[in-house]
Amino acid sequence: MMGAETTPSFGSPPPREEMESLVLTDDQSTYRSAMSSSSLPDDRHPLSAVPVSLDAGDPLLSPPPPVLQGPSSPSSSFLDPPSYADVIFSPFGGENGQSSEHLSLDGDSSSRSDHSSSTGYARITVSEPLKEQETTNSLVPGSNTYVTYLITTKTMDPDLGGPCEVSIRRRFRDVVTLSDRLAESYRGFFIPPRPDKNVMESQLMQKQEFVEQRRSALEKYLRRLAAHPVIGKSDELRVFLQAQGKLPLPTTTDVASRMLDGAVRLPKQLFGEPGMGYVAPQEVVQPAKGGRDLLRIFKELRQSVANDWGGMKPLAVEEDKEFLERKEKMQDLEQQLSIASQQAEALVKAQQDIGETMGELGLTFIKLTKFETEEAVYNSQRIRAADIRRVATAAVKASRFYRESNAHTVKHLDTLHEYLGLMLAVHSAFSDRSSALLTVQTLLSELSSLQARAEKLEAATSKIFGADKSRVRKMEELKETIRTTEDAKLVALREYERIKENNRSELERLDRDRHDDFLGMLKGFVINQVGYAEKIADVWEAVAQETSSYAKQSQ
Amino acid sequence: MLSCAGGSNSGSSAQSPRSPSAKPFLSVSVTEPVKLGNGVQAYVSYRVITQTNLPEYQGQEKIVIRRFSDFSWLRDRLCEKYKGIFIPPLPEKSAVEKFRFSAEFIELRRQALDIFINRIASHPELQKSEELRTFLQEDEEAMERTRSHETGIFKKKPSELMQIFKDVQSKVSDVVLGKEKPVEETTPEYEKLKHYVFELEDHLSEAQKHAFRLVKRHRELGQSLSDFGKAIKLLGACEGDPLGKAFSELGSKSELLSIKLQKEAHNLLTNFEEPLKDYVRAVQSIKATMGERANAFRQQCELAEATKLKEINLDKLILIRSDKVPEAELEYRELKAESEEATKKFETIVRLMGEEMARFQEQKTADMGLAFHEFAKGQAKLAKDVADAWRTVLPKLDSCATLRAK
Repeated sequence: MMGAETTPSFGSPPPREEMESLVLTDDQSTYRSAMSSSSLPDDRHPLSAVPVSLDAGDPLLSPPPPVLQGPSSPSSSFLDPPSYADVIFSPFGGENGQSSEHLSLDGDSSSRSDHSSSTGYARITVSEPLKEQETTNSLVPGSNTYVTYLITTKTMDPDLGGPCEVSIRRRFRDVVTLSDRLAESYRGFFIPPRPDKNVMESQLMQKQEFVEQRRSALEKYLRRLAAHPVIGKSDELRVFLQAQGKLPLPTTTDVASRMLDGAVRLPKQLFGEPGMGYVAPQEVVQPAKGGRDLLRIFKELRQSVANDWGGMKPLAVEEDKEFLERKEKMQDLEQQLSIASQQAEALVKAQQDIGETMGELGLTFIKLTKFETEEAVYNSQRIRAADIRRVATAAVKASRFYRESNAHTVKHLDTLHEYLGLMLAVHSAFSDRSSALLTVQTLLSELSSLQARAEKLEAATSKIFGADKSRVRKMEELKETIRTTEDAKLVALREYERIKENNRSELERLDRDRHDDFLGMLKGFVINQVGYAEKIADVWEAVAQETSSYAKQSQ
Repeated sequence: MLSCAGGSNSGSSAQSPRSPSAKPFLSVSVTEPVKLGNGVQAYVSYRVITQTNLPEYQGQEKIVIRRFSDFSWLRDRLCEKYKGIFIPPLPEKSAVEKFRFSAEFIELRRQALDIFINRIASHPELQKSEELRTFLQEDEEAMERTRSHETGIFKKKPSELMQIFKDVQSKVSDVVLGKEKPVEETTPEYEKLKHYVFELEDHLSEAQKHAFRLVKRHRELGQSLSDFGKAIKLLGACEGDPLGKAFSELGSKSELLSIKLQKEAHNLLTNFEEPLKDYVRAVQSIKATMGERANAFRQQCELAEATKLKEINLDKLILIRSDKVPEAELEYRELKAESEEATKKFETIVRLMGEEMARFQEQKTADMGLAFHEFAKGQAKLAKDVADAWRTVLPKLDSCATLRAK
């Protein structure tokens, strides 16, 4: 309200204090910390500045701050909620019968991050991206720069005597290595997917916002890894997070040498050279990879074709009905998640838009009220100016509430996006299973064909007197091969069973986690909506009251 | 505040006189829009019901059928005749074919026309006009004859065309007479008023634009709530009870709120955006009156000049005892009379404008006050509905226990 300038013809105008308290009453600490942690400082943000400044004298006559920019640039202010971690949001003014639910809104993963403490990593942060030079010789000297990130881990490592903090620098390539290693060692588990690589790596890295996106993505990824009950305890992760100095070049990326290796071995394998024709048992534990295992790849490919097109059923099949049911459920879940995730995004955008437009309307009315006040000749104009101001203030407040509410909504509904991302991990865990099964199948058919050969050879030799030395030798070799293949088969079967068990326990974990996370998401979403809707209702209700005399007049 | 000669704006039919010598009243309502005709010739007609006890009118109640161009005719006639008065504005003639017959558009237009005719009926001067009587009383055929008789080349806006003619006329004569600047009123008071009116239009147009966008946003939010609700329900089907039920409940509420949002969008359009648009139109009407005033001022100045010249000439002739004196004297007297007439016309406009401005400001405070009230009421109700709807989902969520072993 304007104070002395307007004729107080509509009851007692709300005193100055009320205006201020309207701004600060909703949990003083909440508002302050929330606003101060956003990218625009409190006193510069146009929409937050307005209601407060309306009290101080007649600030509308002084040039307003960059008023018009505020509503049209919301992205920086709410899509980037840096440290809402400390915000305790009390939705109900405390009066309602409902128990005031205090929902603590964590940075990104609310309930999920609770796990990390059980696996020893209390908090992981990724920060300080730095450009560094490639030290190895490259064809174009000086052009090879890459970005490293400072990764700080707070841990409860008993070996190091209680809580301590470790900081190391890593580049994205190291993350890729970590991810590959985990994929090898933890087949069958739902391993959180790592952030994407980018084709335009070197160019994109120049852009600040891309680096920031990646930093944030890396942080999320590492936290998720730490939160996994099994992977969080892994050596691979520990080394990544704590080993000082640069990580050594992994052998898996040495593609060229592997190809060379494989090319050398293949002819030997094809010609049945002893010691080369079979799959070593220890290698069976890994899926066939390019380079070394060309022969194995051929065999498994042949097997899978035989599975699909051959008349006979393979010697081992996926029989677990429960698994097949669950797999179908996962597919269904994925589909629904995808749709829901899209609609959630659309909803957030619609809420953002309505808040923005409301803010713009409010600012326009502020200009109008200032204008009418300055140019007032008739008393009716002053009265109208006061009415316009009421509406303007309310609109600006409501706009701010929409914005704040939306910032929370984004975080809550993010759970949908997270689980959608997790579906990738599920796919890969399921494909670990099917490739392990394929290996088993291949070995089984190999075994059966080897045994058939042995039988033939047996039959042939028995007909000839005087054991042929070469044939006897061949028989022994064959028997040896069969024994080795048997061993390999046993190892493969064990591996397959292990993966099956991982799948099963992970599915159960996923169901439990998902249930709780979704529950948290819905609760958070609803509580947030209710809280802010009530605030907005109050704002408009006040204006409706103040203008109620107009309604009676027109009856 | 604005008195409507006993009638209300929406023209209810229960207006019985309080005593035998009842207060004069005139109340009109525009109702029942009906689409008539085919194809390009199609148009909408309205039932206009007049209730009055004024002696000039035929009987207590009269019903006629009118179309938009009839309203337009009425306005044009009034603009010509009552210079200085802010003639109430008409809603726009919509150019977009598809939109022209949508139910919402027709209803908004009907309301606007109702407000238009009632403003005329409650204006102390305009309500006495014969044009209004013709409009409210003549049967449809007579109305059509009257309308087409007077349009001729002045198709849509005769007053505007005339003004343009006059402007050109006076500008040409200015140049001929060696005057470079057009003659304009430059009193500080009037300057202030002109500045006020022009800037006001800018502010209001901007506000109206945002108000319209706000309506759209409500509709968009409604749509996305509906889509979201459906998706959430389907997602919930993947979960077992009781969580699945909670999802389903949430989805249903979301769909419910979608409907409420569409309703509020409509409410906003009718009770907030439309009054703002009406305000803009009213300001434009003031600008038109200002144009008339400028014309009248110019005429007055020109005639005053011409009269003075004639007087000087006459004196000269008298001095040389020319036999052209009687002729010149006659001309002088005629011109003087014209000049006095023009001065009177101008002064009337100035006086009327003064009265009209005060009236206008009061009326607008009332109109906007109501619009703001409706706006605030609508938004408050919507927000309450939102809070209530979501709140009902909480018990279902609370009854779901967490599964995770902690």
